[in-house]
Amino acid sequence: MSEPRVLSTDAAPDEAARVIEPARPKLLRGEDHDLCPGCGEPLAVRVLLEAIEALACEQRSIAVMGIGCYTALSTLIDVDSVQALHGRAPSLATGVKRMRPDSLVFTLQGDGDMASEGLQEVIHTAARGESVTCVMLNNGVFGETGGHMTATTVLGQRTKNTLEGRDASYHGHPIGMAEMLAPLGGSAYVARAAVYDARSVTAARRMLQRAFESQLAGEGFSFVEILTMCPTGWFIPTAEGPGYLDEVLGSVHGVGELKVRGELHEHPTEPEN
Amino acid sequence: MTGIETRGTVRIDIERCKGCELCIPACPPNVLRMSSTRNEIGVLFPELLPGCTGCSACALVCPDFCFDVYRYETPLHHEATA
Repeated sequence: MSEPRVLSTDAAPDEAARVIEPARPKLLRGEDHDLCPGCGEPLAVRVLLEAIEALACEQRSIAVMGIGCYTALSTLIDVDSVQALHGRAPSLATGVKRMRPDSLVFTLQGDGDMASEGLQEVIHTAARGESVTCVMLNNGVFGETGGHMTATTVLGQRTKNTLEGRDASYHGHPIGMAEMLAPLGGSAYVARAAVYDARSVTAARRMLQRAFESQLAGEGFSFVEILTMCPTGWFIPTAEGPGYLDEVLGSVHGVGELKVRGELHEHPTEPEN
Repeated sequence: MTGIETRGTVRIDIERCKGCELCIPACPPNVLRMSSTRNEIGVLFPELLPGCTGCSACALVCPDFCFDVYRYETPLHHEATA
């Protein structure tokens, strides 16, 4: 049998063609990052930056960064940013927004940062109805800090200190962040996305954009949780990351919009276009 | 017109690739496969076969931002084999 023909992909095509998707969103600078192969966090950051661009908020966005692997991307993200201490990003974002109410203020945090290290911060920020958007990248593991479980690690999930899988009788139960924040009176938009394939990544972009629109409309607090792959922390091959994310994390942390314009959705679904 | 219709293409920055293979199953027409040679950091990287539709699924799932996705003004036709 003859070999399939491999096409040249080392340069832009010679024939007339238009760019459908550039490798990098406009707001991501050109350097490489050092995150592990198969990491889901850059996928979430791509769509977050694309959502800012879609709303033409490049010049008035302020990111408040938590601490985790994704913090390494803060030098590549071409929007103003401030660095918070572990878990404190929602409080810092509160201050930033109150001083600069015309800005689009969002936090970028992980589950370790938001749910384990500084859970009270986000709860109070949501309850107060602060006009900020908190974004939590949830992979159920302290990727940067050493690989141990977090407050959102699902039962049965392997991490460095739950090698036999998280056991409820010993490690307790996971916290569903979106489910916890949605009923609070101050939250206006609460959603959970995932980045296990192109369709889910596109849905994540829509949810981020709708959260930002909610903030710009002054509806109150907005929250988007994004499930991301961490094959290193899960001890699986990179290619198995998306399937594990969908089946293991996704079966507990269900994807969809839980609250829109202050109205709770009984059966969360993903937004239509 | 014979051969496989190729409506789009990609530019792949193989030196950025860390070999995670997320793009391979993400490609709806299944026209990406891993190389048999290695890049500078010693990992296999994706190669493009005829039949790309320019859907940009590969770019959306690539953690290392390796794919520029293009769609041709006029589709090309390629023979399936070299």
